Amino acid sequence: MRLELIKRSAPAPAMRFLSPLLGLFLALIAGAIMFSALGKAPDRALYAFFIEPISEMWSVHELLIKAAPLILMGAGLCICFQSNNWNIGAEGQMIVGAIFGAALPILLPDVQNFLILPLMLIFGIMGGMLYGFIPALLKAKFKTNEILTSLMLVYVAQMLLDWIVRGPWRNPEGLNFPESRRFHEWARIPEMMPADGRANWGFVIAIVVAIALGVMLAKSLKGFEVKVIGTSPKAAQFAGFDAKKMIFFSFLLAGGCAGLAGIIEVAGATGQLRPTVSPGYGFTAIIVAYLGRLNPIGAIVAGLVLALTYLGGEAAQISLGLSDKIARVFQGLILFFVLACDTLILYKIRLSFGAAQKGAA
Amino acid sequence: MGMTEAILLTIATAATPLLIAAIGELVVERSGVLNLGVEGMMVMGAVGGFVIASLTGNPWIGVLAAIALGVITSLLFAFLTLSLAANQVATGLSLTILGLGVSSLMGEQFVGQAGKKLGNLDFPFLTDLPLVGPLLFGQDPIFYISIALVFGVSWFLFRTRVGLTLRSIGNNHHSAHALGIPVLRYRYLAVMFGGACAGLAGGHLSLVYTPQWVENMTAGRGWIALALVVFASWRPARVLAGAYLFGAVSIGQLHAQALGIAVPSQLLTALPFLATIVVLVLISQNVRATLINTPAMLGRPFVPDR
Amino acid sequence: MTTNGGGTLLALDGISKYYGSFKANDQINFAIQAGEIHALLGENGAGKSTLVKMLYGSLQPDEGRILWQGKPVHISNPAEARALGVGMVFQHFSLFDALTVAENIALAMPKDQKLSDIAKRLEAVSKEYGLPLKADARIHDLSVGERQRVEIVRCLLQEPKLLILDEPTSVLTPQESEDLFKVLRRLSSEGTAILYISHKLAEVQALCQNATILRHGKVVGECVPAEETPLSLAKMMVGDDIHEIAPRATTSDGAEVILQVSDLTADGLTGFETSLKHINFGVRMGEVAGIAGIAGNGQSELFAVLSGERTSAPDMVKINGEPVGHLSILQRRKKGAMFVSEERLGHAAVPEMSLSDNVVLTRHGLEKDLQTGPFIRHGTAKRLKDKIAQMFDVRKGNDDPTAMSLSGGNLQKFVLGREVMAGAKLVIVNQPTWGVDAGSAAQLRQNLIDLAAAGAAILVISQDLDELFEISDRLATMAEGELSDFVPTSQTNRNEVGLKMTGAFVPAEGASA
Repeated sequence: MRLELIKRSAPAPAMRFLSPLLGLFLALIAGAIMFSALGKAPDRALYAFFIEPISEMWSVHELLIKAAPLILMGAGLCICFQSNNWNIGAEGQMIVGAIFGAALPILLPDVQNFLILPLMLIFGIMGGMLYGFIPALLKAKFKTNEILTSLMLVYVAQMLLDWIVRGPWRNPEGLNFPESRRFHEWARIPEMMPADGRANWGFVIAIVVAIALGVMLAKSLKGFEVKVIGTSPKAAQFAGFDAKKMIFFSFLLAGGCAGLAGIIEVAGATGQLRPTVSPGYGFTAIIVAYLGRLNPIGAIVAGLVLALTYLGGEAAQISLGLSDKIARVFQGLILFFVLACDTLILYKIRLSFGAAQKGAA
Repeated sequence: MGMTEAILLTIATAATPLLIAAIGELVVERSGVLNLGVEGMMVMGAVGGFVIASLTGNPWIGVLAAIALGVITSLLFAFLTLSLAANQVATGLSLTILGLGVSSLMGEQFVGQAGKKLGNLDFPFLTDLPLVGPLLFGQDPIFYISIALVFGVSWFLFRTRVGLTLRSIGNNHHSAHALGIPVLRYRYLAVMFGGACAGLAGGHLSLVYTPQWVENMTAGRGWIALALVVFASWRPARVLAGAYLFGAVSIGQLHAQALGIAVPSQLLTALPFLATIVVLVLISQNVRATLINTPAMLGRPFVPDR
Repeated sequence: MTTNGGGTLLALDGISKYYGSFKANDQINFAIQAGEIHALLGENGAGKSTLVKMLYGSLQPDEGRILWQGKPVHISNPAEARALGVGMVFQHFSLFDALTVAENIALAMPKDQKLSDIAKRLEAVSKEYGLPLKADARIHDLSVGERQRVEIVRCLLQEPKLLILDEPTSVLTPQESEDLFKVLRRLSSEGTAILYISHKLAEVQALCQNATILRHGKVVGECVPAEETPLSLAKMMVGDDIHEIAPRATTSDGAEVILQVSDLTADGLTGFETSLKHINFGVRMGEVAGIAGIAGNGQSELFAVLSGERTSAPDMVKINGEPVGHLSILQRRKKGAMFVSEERLGHAAVPEMSLSDNVVLTRHGLEKDLQTGPFIRHGTAKRLKDKIAQMFDVRKGNDDPTAMSLSGGNLQKFVLGREVMAGAKLVIVNQPTWGVDAGSAAQLRQNLIDLAAAGAAILVISQDLDELFEISDRLATMAEGELSDFVPTSQTNRNEVGLKMTGAFVPAEGASA
């Protein structure tokens, strides 16, 4: 038996929407098999993983807290990936954004007024942009592979954060714990409904940014430029679009989104700088972008789905006694199956039985 | 054994996993396929090698398991990118994410356990020779495999007809297809070879380098191996040089930390990654060499017409 | 029933190939004798390539039989075809840039032959047939003509009984073509059958003993080319009367110079390509200037520098006397210069995008209602698309299809129409009718002539000499990045232009048989 791909005369629009759903479905089936292999009843396990975590109000709040950085970074990465700029260093850009934004309340703890929070957000954005600028510059000027440089910079950013939290920015009153001083009230993002749960306005910022990027991509000439440069570089040149400027545009934009996500994370849920600010959100955001069809609006839905896998991992740990690493497995499976199903957009699949007859002569 | 020998030996041990993973990826990329999942295949090899060695008590069976898991993981990539023509960059990333997740799950009960170490060779008399003895005759078996792989792959690519065919596919898969060369079959085999190497490299980490299982214990080595292939402009001998250079950098920073040099340890830990960036920038300056050696089809999917 | 020797070498019996509901080949029957030179004639898309791919084992027929020396054979891959004795010279070469000549040839040879032996044999054979080659040269350093030699020598080393050539002369100068014909005639006299695929009627008449004509995947006729006229052959191919270009008075001598190129020098696009050397010329209002030459001699570079996809020193390119060498393609479009690039899919149009999006591709910043602030007005784009489709007779399957779903001819009409519908002072076209059906090609040429008559300056870069002689007022030739002087078309001929195409280098002398 052999699998053959038959090219469609035009991309199938229905498949663009069906493929991620089919991918999710297959990932669930694979997950069920995995749970059985681990000796858990699959229906019970899937329920504990995907339904229980959002059956109560406070846990829905937790979902939104986790979804905010995923949506922000996923939406930014959509622009990068659509323009064929492979920024896989959002994790590092998020960390540097968090450090930049946190600098204000940590270094100037006595400046406490309403201006501090907006300034922190701006600093966060600038930090992420600055860190995204490095691989962009190296790609545009030296043609250095941006996949490798942006990824290497993640490790560097993690070390920078580790150093700064254990060293110069360690809380002077913190009993030598590796963490910064706690942010004062003016430097915290307010919670939306403190009575119900911890979710803060960062989620709303994420939605607004994703919608704005979605409109930009679908309606504006800049969005058109992003798509043309990504699908057909020579046609882009013919249209007068500058691929080098696009490298900077997309990296700065995604870096800015990641930086914003970083400062929202530390000024929102955490309230201080710790040696890790993200459980791999920057990498999960890559999955968000793909599951969301590289469309910022789609990234909103995909961000919520992947945020659920984090909660599910925690739930699996508590109620099933499994490792929370199962979340990573699910995330990998989702990306894997979505990519597989995306084949159906451009191709029809045919199974041919009985391979080519040999040597009839 | 003197200090110099000890340092040289640790450099070799640090370089070996990089070298093996990079040489495997080199063959994959020479066939025109970009597999960014080296980190994922490597970590699967590490956990598989450790777990099986612990269960059987035999590190050699662990090595075989590491290779097998590397190959199995690579087959997932091959199926998506070759049979389904999926985007190679994204699929490689998904392989890394999946590998890190599955390996954590598999290795959870083994964290903190003492592992089975693959012993160094010891020839009576030969190994006792000063300096060259321990370096040439007293290392772990995988070290010798890594050196053999460099020469073997170099000979295969540039001296055999099958190697020529593989390079031709990486240069132009349309031409190869027109001549009747089974493009996808060659690429499947190349990707599997890359998986075997990455698995072996992971096995080296958990059975030789630090015989224990630690979550994410590859710590970016798969990515450095990918960078090494670019650094080497797809030539096996240069991969050897590059791997030892990086081995030296990472051992150097360990010694610097041990000596308590007045530099933050985090900066030293980040050093190999910073060095990689610098080296990548330098190598991308040589346009002509890059143009000649880069497999022209790198990362492009191939779907035969029927 | 087996006949050998001078008998039927290959016979096709009811061969069909389907792609979904589309019949690429429909019940094809014909036969070739040993030593015969047989032409397969047909337009682009008539099914010639599909048919020869089945003979070479790259594709499998859905119906019918292939008879080789009277016996039915199943050719499941090219290696089996080569083992039978079928050799193939591809139109789009099946070569490997980064490898040497010997390595390229070895890849098609049985695995037990050593590379050093192959190198020796190939140099011997190439010398014997007057197709000199160096075994250790890398393909990317060879000219297009030399690359074709590699393809041919690769076949000759296999001592084929049947040699298939797919449009071999499209990349050759007339003189190089003559040399090729000498080799083919010699092979034929040695008993090799040759299947010659072409749409160039004159050379088919000169070379081939028999012809089979394909149209829409079917055999529509067989003939002896020498007994036909080019017009009767063309009618069989197209199935319709050929549209004749309406002649026009050419009086542009004293007219204003619109495009002036002065001492233009530029590097190659990639490390391997030709650079441009000291190019000077002007194009006047109301004239069609043609640039002939074999692809790969700097035409792509010239187009890129003229269009502004690459920039140069300001004075090297002037439009209406104004230096524009440093301006972008967008700024040049705003000055009334329009460009039609060689590749339609992936250069002039984004294959996966709809036609209306492809309107935005080059009209943004030019059409006033196409944007509101930073936003695109898709309604305007759709209206412009309709206007182009109507004015330039673009036939499409649905209202707003993707560019890749259009046929070559219709897409080229769309692309030209998009550039010129709002009027143009200067039109620069690279390969206007490459891969386009005869009907569309005639219309496109007429469009260009009409534009000139309306006062535009037209520059046509083309490999097709017939086309250039048909539409241009003056002709120059490009070779190795240099451009000859322009001469009035009426004062030159194909041989003269052909000689210029070989440029500075001495053409290889074919050793006559």
